[in-house]
Amino acid sequence: MSFLEYTQKSTPSGLHKVLYLNWALIVLIVTVSCIGFLMLYSVAGGSMRPWVTPQLQRFVLGFAVLLVVAFIPIWFWRNMSGLAYGVSVLLLLLVEVMGSIGMGAQRWIDLGFMRLQPSELTKITLVMLLAAYYDWLDPRKSSRPLFVLIPVVLILVPTYLTLRQPDLGTAILLLVGGASVMFLAGVHWAYFAAVIGAGVGLVTAVFYSRGTPWQLLEDYQYRRIDTFLDPTTDPLGAGYNITQSQIALGSGGWTGRGFMQGTQSSLNFLPEKHTDFIFTTLAEEFGFVGAITLLGLYALILLFCVITGLKTKDRYASLVTLGIAVTFFLYFAINMAMVMGLAPVVGVPLPLVSYGGSAMLVLLVAFGLVQSAHIHRPR
Amino acid sequence: MKRSQKEIEDSARKVGRRSLIMGGAMLATGAVLAARMRYLQVERASDFRLLAEENRINIQLLSPARGLIYDRYGRLVAANEQNYRVVMVRENADDVDEVLERLSRLVNLDMGAMARARDEMMSRAPFVPVTIADRLSWEEFSSVAVNAPSLPGITPEVGLSRVYPLGQDFAHITGYVGPVSDYYLQSSGDTDPVLQIPDFQVGRYAAEAQLEQDLRGEAGTRRVEVNAAGRIMRELDRDPATPGDDVQLTVDAGLQNFAQARMAGESASAVVMEVETGEIIAMASSPSFDPNLFVRGISVADYNTLTEDPYRPLASKPVQGTYPPGSTFKMMTALAGLEMGLIDPEELINCIGYIELGTRRFHCWKRSGHGRMDMNNGLAQSCDVYYYELSQRVGIDAIAAMSRRFGLGEHHELPLSAVSEGLIPTRDWKRANRGADWVVGDTLNATIGQGFVLASPLQLAIMTSRLATGRMIRPSLVRTVNGVSARMDDGGDLGLDPANLEIVRRGMWSVNNAPRGTAYRMRSEAEGFEIAGKSGTSQVRSITMAERATGVLGDDELPWNRRDHALFVAYAPADNPRYAVSVVVEHGGSGSGVAAPIARDILLRAHFGEMPPLSAYPVNQRRGIEEMQDQLDLRSFETPEETGRVQT
Repeated sequence: MSFLEYTQKSTPSGLHKVLYLNWALIVLIVTVSCIGFLMLYSVAGGSMRPWVTPQLQRFVLGFAVLLVVAFIPIWFWRNMSGLAYGVSVLLLLLVEVMGSIGMGAQRWIDLGFMRLQPSELTKITLVMLLAAYYDWLDPRKSSRPLFVLIPVVLILVPTYLTLRQPDLGTAILLLVGGASVMFLAGVHWAYFAAVIGAGVGLVTAVFYSRGTPWQLLEDYQYRRIDTFLDPTTDPLGAGYNITQSQIALGSGGWTGRGFMQGTQSSLNFLPEKHTDFIFTTLAEEFGFVGAITLLGLYALILLFCVITGLKTKDRYASLVTLGIAVTFFLYFAINMAMVMGLAPVVGVPLPLVSYGGSAMLVLLVAFGLVQSAHIHRPR
Repeated sequence: MKRSQKEIEDSARKVGRRSLIMGGAMLATGAVLAARMRYLQVERASDFRLLAEENRINIQLLSPARGLIYDRYGRLVAANEQNYRVVMVRENADDVDEVLERLSRLVNLDMGAMARARDEMMSRAPFVPVTIADRLSWEEFSSVAVNAPSLPGITPEVGLSRVYPLGQDFAHITGYVGPVSDYYLQSSGDTDPVLQIPDFQVGRYAAEAQLEQDLRGEAGTRRVEVNAAGRIMRELDRDPATPGDDVQLTVDAGLQNFAQARMAGESASAVVMEVETGEIIAMASSPSFDPNLFVRGISVADYNTLTEDPYRPLASKPVQGTYPPGSTFKMMTALAGLEMGLIDPEELINCIGYIELGTRRFHCWKRSGHGRMDMNNGLAQSCDVYYYELSQRVGIDAIAAMSRRFGLGEHHELPLSAVSEGLIPTRDWKRANRGADWVVGDTLNATIGQGFVLASPLQLAIMTSRLATGRMIRPSLVRTVNGVSARMDDGGDLGLDPANLEIVRRGMWSVNNAPRGTAYRMRSEAEGFEIAGKSGTSQVRSITMAERATGVLGDDELPWNRRDHALFVAYAPADNPRYAVSVVVEHGGSGSGVAAPIARDILLRAHFGEMPPLSAYPVNQRRGIEEMQDQLDLRSFETPEETGRVQT
C-alpha cells in the first residue's frame, strides 16, 4: 500500500469534511474581510454604495467557491495545475491581443457580473504549477541547470505579459512569488545569490554610471526613476498620493479619529481611497492600534497557512500552501510599505480589504486550496 | 512516480528549513512595517495631524459691509447692494477652457470678459480666486449654484457692491469706490488684510477715499472645511466682520439736487453753507457724472467722453476750481480800509470811468464813470475806480491779511479730494514766483479780484459766511460718524469792528435791494428773506491796447472759453443770516445777470425747503421764473423731505 493510497483512505469524506476545515483560518479570513467592508462603507461616506454591496456579493460567491475548492481533494488540484496555468496565460495573451486590436488598453475580461483580471488569477496558478512541477521533479534534480531553467521560463512568461499591461505590482508579485516557491522547493541557494548579485550589480552600475560618459540610461529615464523612488520630489504629481496618504496615516495617532471621522478620505484628499490606499483610511480612523491589529491578523493568517504547509507530508500541498502564504505576504507587505512611503507606488491591493473582485475571488480560491490541503492532509 | 519514505521526509525537511528562512524574512519585514507604523502614527502623529488640519481647513476673510452714507435728513446717498458673482480658482479646475465653456452656457459671458478672466487667472498667483462674471441675475446665479458639481473650480458668491442711488448729484461729494489696484497697495501703505479679499472695494475719490478708515470696517474670518477639490464642505466657526461706520453728511439731498438741476447745461458750481455752523448743505458741480460707472469699472469710451468734455465733468469745481473772484473780492479791500481808518465810508470818490497810473489807464467796468461814490454806492454799483483809489491807500499787504482772515488763500479741511488753496498774492509771493517786484498796478488789479488773485467757490462761500456772522466759520461736510457728532467749533470772533462789518453788509444789501444795485433785479421778495450779495465778473483775458483801438468785442462775441466768469456771493436773510451761497459760472458772462439768479433760486429753495413760490420773485419776472422752474429736471424723493429748517 502506497503512502498516497493510505492517505486517501484515512482522509474524511462527504460532509464530514466540514468538521475538518481549518476553522481558525476561516474566522480570520471572515474577520479581515469584514474590516474591509467596514472601511469601504467608511470611504463611501457611510454608504453601502458604491463599493460595499458588490464587494459583499463577491465575497459570498468567493466563499462558496472556497468551500467547493476545499472539499475537492488536493491531488485533483495538483492534476489541474498545468491546465489552470495554461488558461491564465492564455487569458493574459487575450487581454494583450484585445488591447492591441484597438479596444483600448485593458487588464480585464468582462464576465458580466464581474471583471476578471487574468493577472490576479495568474498569481495563484503560477504557484500551483510550480508546486506541481516540483512535486513531479525528483528533488535531487531540482538544482540542475535545465530543471532550473524550466520554472524560470514558466515564471518569466506571465511576468513579461503583466509587465506589458503595464502592471508592475503584479509582475513583482509573480516574480518574487515564483522565486520563493523555487527557493522553498530546495533549488540551490547559489542561483538566488547569483541572480540577486547580478541584480544589485546592474542597479549599482546604472546609478553609478549616471553623469559619466558611459551612462547606461538616458537622462529622462533617470529622472523618472528618481520620481519613482522618491515621489516627494514631485509633490503635486506623483508625490501627491504618497504625501496625502502619509498625512492620513500619521494623523491617525494612537487610536485614530474614529470610524467615519477620517478627514483625509472623506474630503477626497486621498487617492484611490477604496482600492490600493484603503489602508490609510483604516490607519487614520483606527490609528496605530487599528493598523497593528490588521497587521497581526495578517500574520495569524500567514501562520496558519505555514503550519498547514509544514504539517502536510504531501510535497504539492506543502509547496502550494507555502507559495500561497508567500504571495499573501507579498500582497500586504508591498501594499503597506507602499502607502507608508517605504516602497514606490506600484499598485498592489490590500488583500481581502481593497475593493476589487478578481483579487478577492482569487484569494478565496487560494485559501480554498489551503483548506483542501488541510482537510486532505495525510494522517 | 514512487518515492521512498526517506526521500519524502528529506524533501519535507528541506522545505521546512527553507520555510524557516522565508518566515524569518517575513517576520523581519513585518517588524519593519510595524516600526514604520509606530514612527508615522505615534512619533510623528502631531506633525501629520497638523498637516491634515492644514489640508482641510481654510481660513477665509469675511468682507465687512461698507458704512452707509446718508444726507442730513437720513436719505441714502451711498448704499450697498447684493452682487451675485462667480469666482474661479484655476488650480481647482481640470480644464479651465472646458469649465469656462460650460459656464458660458449658463450665464451671459462675452468673449472679451472670458479672455480677460483667463488672462488674469494665468497671471495671478496660484489659488487666488478671480471673478469671472458679476452682477448676475438671481436666475443665472442659481443655475450656476445648481450646476456647481460639473463646474470644478467655480464658486458662486454673494458680495456687496457700492451703489449710489442719487447718481450724479453726489458724485463730487461721496466720490466713488473701486477695486484695490497694485498702485493703491504700493502708494497707500495700507496693509489691512481685508484688501486681499477678491473684489474688495476701497474709496478712490472724495469722501469715499478721505473717510476710508471710518467707512471700511474690519474683516471677519471664518474657518471652513474644504475637500481636495477646494470646495467648501462646511463652516467650522465664524468671527463676523465689523461693518464700517455710517456717515451722515451735512448736505441736504433735496437742495443738492435742485442746485445740480438749476445749473444743468452750464459749467458751474455752487456752495451753500449754513452761516452759523459752517455746515455745507449743498455743493454742486456741473456737469457731473454717474459714480456708479466707476464702481462697475468704467468703459474706455465712457471715460474718454468724460475727459474730453470741455466742461470737465470730472473736476470738482467747488473745491478744485479756482477763479479770479472779480468784484466779489471788493469787500476785503473795503474792510481793510475801514479797519485801518484809512477811509470814511461817507467820503466821496469821483469816478470818471478810469484812473491813470503813470502811463497806464485802469478802467472802471462802467466806461462813462459812476460819478461821486461813497462806500455804500461803491459796493452796490461795484465801482472799480472807488476801489482803485482805496487800494492805493490800503496797500496789498493789508488786503492780503484781511483776505486770509476770511479764509481766502487758506486751506480748508474737508473730506474731499484735491481741495485747492487758491491764491492771495503778496509782495514776497510775487518776488519768489514771478521774479519781479510788486508794483502798484498789481494792487489795483488785485483789489477788483483780478490779476493774481484766485479763490475757489468754497472759499467764497466761507468768506460770505464770515462776513455774515463776523466769526471764523469753518466749513464741514460730515455731521456724524457712527452716530457721533463730527461737528467742529468755529474759530471764534474775527475781531473786526462790528460797525465796519455793518457798513459792508449794508453795501451788500444794497447790491440786491437798492434800485441802482448791480443785482437789484435779482432781489428776493419773500417775506423776511432779503438777500445781500455781491456780483463779480472776472476777465480771463487781458484787453490789449490794439483791441481797445479797434473796439472791444462784446463778451457774447467771444469763443466760450475766453468769455468772462460770472460770480455771485450772497447771504440771506439779510437781517438775520442763515445761508451763505457762492455761485461761479465758468465763462458765463455777467455775474449779476447769470450767477445772481442762480444764487437767488438756490437761497429761496433752501429757505422754503421746496420749489420756491413765485411770490418770492419780483412781479415782472414771475412768468420767466415759472418757465425756468417747469424745465428743471428734479429727482423725487421717496421719504418726505423736512422743510428747510436745519436741526442742530
